[in-house]
Amino acid sequence: MSSIAAPASGRLPAHGARFKRPPTRTAYRWELRKLVSQKRTYLGLGLAVALPLIFVLVQVLHHHHDRGENIFESQITHSGLATPVLMLLFLSVFMLPLIASLVAGDVVAAEDGNGTLKTILTRSIDRGQVFAAKALAALTYAAIAVFLSATVATAAGVAAWGFNSVTTYSGTVVSASEGLLLVFAANGCYLIPLFAVVSLGVLLSTVTRNSTAAVVGAVGITILLFIIAQIPGIEGIRPYLLTEQYEAWHGLLRTPTDWAPIWHSLWVCALYAGPALAAAFLVFLRRDVAGG
Amino acid sequence: MADDATPVRARGLVKRYKEVLAVDHVDLQVRRGDVYGFLGPNGAGKTTTLRMALGLISPTEGTVELFGRDPMRHGARALEGVAGFVEAPRFYPYLSGRKNLELLAALDGAGAAQRIDQVLEIVELAPRAHHRVGGYSHGMRQRLGIAAALLRAPRLLILDEPATGLDPAGMRDMRMLIRRLAGEGMTVLLSSHLLPEVQELCDRVAIVDSGRVVYEGALADLRRQGGAGYRLRTTDDARALAIAADAPGIEHAHNDHQGIAFQADEQAVAELSLALGRGGVGILALAPQLATLEDLFFRLTEKNGDGQQARTSAAGAPPDDEALVMSR
Repeated sequence: MSSIAAPASGRLPAHGARFKRPPTRTAYRWELRKLVSQKRTYLGLGLAVALPLIFVLVQVLHHHHDRGENIFESQITHSGLATPVLMLLFLSVFMLPLIASLVAGDVVAAEDGNGTLKTILTRSIDRGQVFAAKALAALTYAAIAVFLSATVATAAGVAAWGFNSVTTYSGTVVSASEGLLLVFAANGCYLIPLFAVVSLGVLLSTVTRNSTAAVVGAVGITILLFIIAQIPGIEGIRPYLLTEQYEAWHGLLRTPTDWAPIWHSLWVCALYAGPALAAAFLVFLRRDVAGG
Repeated sequence: MADDATPVRARGLVKRYKEVLAVDHVDLQVRRGDVYGFLGPNGAGKTTTLRMALGLISPTEGTVELFGRDPMRHGARALEGVAGFVEAPRFYPYLSGRKNLELLAALDGAGAAQRIDQVLEIVELAPRAHHRVGGYSHGMRQRLGIAAALLRAPRLLILDEPATGLDPAGMRDMRMLIRRLAGEGMTVLLSSHLLPEVQELCDRVAIVDSGRVVYEGALADLRRQGGAGYRLRTTDDARALAIAADAPGIEHAHNDHQGIAFQADEQAVAELSLALGRGGVGILALAPQLATLEDLFFRLTEKNGDGQQARTSAAGAPPDDEALVMSR
């Protein structure tokens, strides 16, 4: 097969198909299909699945569970619902931002590097739509990673220690079903700062045109902010650091629900995500696609 | 879309990368039905010009319009009826050829998905359509690039070095396909550095060098401007050369191993043949020899002694009334 030839019976497409811009959801759906087709997508999701399983396995093999500063640590063997809370606590600082950044940092830069950006930007879809689809796909991936991790942690925890009532941060005992709802609500709440991390990753991916630099950069920013938060004497700015918002979900695990940290997290994270996405959007619209 | 608009019109197109002037005030006009050759050595600015035409990069100065629409102002709508690729066509290696086309068809809309089987047949990739593109040869990717372009049922096809990397049979078939597309009324803008390909396919050309257009117009006009050459074989070449040297209108007559070569208009050639007869020299062969595109290309793209390049146009009136310079 080395030839290009129209067979005798092969008709060429009729000229002049009328222009019809496809909806952004079409591009979004294809962004997800691209993610599903790439092996590296499963690296992050694999971590989101493996870490809770490893955690539960270690705890099952380990027989001393009556210590720990966090109220949920002392409940590990009493209720399987303590496991997803503890996993969110452990993974929220580094692992989940890393997993989210794996795709967010790659989503534009990889296409630029592979030359496929020019392929899709010469079709009937506008640059703004392509950008929106990519950003939405990165956000979707981050949400899937978080809820996948929560689901696996819950299933493994319940399988190991039962579906029992759990005591919240305020010392209130809630039923198992209410506890389950709170677990997933807490994970949903954690998406607020995580989406800000994703936005930073998308910005770096767009600006640097280098996947590795974008992934490392996004994680690096969160680590840097985490370190800054430890510096004594900056109490005034600490509430506005992105990493401080990672624990806003604690408010949901109190009775009555403490909404203040959640609302605070919402607007603080919007201050990170909004400008980052806006800048990435403008750069993407105006950039020269000279690669590939 | 304005149906009567010119397929490609570039005016004063400039692209500057810091100190590097990649494209220097390029004017182009591709007319409906043209198979338009965009010729130039590597690094001449061809691909940069095509990227600007497709809206992938923004011009530093000037404008380019496709069927009357500027990609910088009209976005994807400017590409209505336009398809093609610049440099090598690129696809998602982890998707099959068919999946790649499905993706692109989804981004095209307008019934493109219904044409997937048809275009796969045309480029003879149907049997390998379910294989991942990562395993495709370079030639197969070129063919997939053509298929992806045809999905849009374009009226203007922009192809950047489409035969690069193809084997001789693939190159021949690519030329056949382009000829067939042109025969069905499609306008083709073909960037190439393969002179035989352009000479065989194109009716109009632009030759660029160092970012500047050094010729734009009909290929036939270019060859005419290159000067009509003749080759003469006689029973006595030495005497014939002496007669030719004295004959009016005969220029650059010289004897090489294949006979006597000279330049002249038809009237001068007629008078020379009579003079040879009067001089007792028999003519064995007298044949016109038009300059090849290759000759002309090198004359236009190689700098003359002053470091200046030749610039001309099909109208025969070079910019600023400059004479056509074709000296090496």
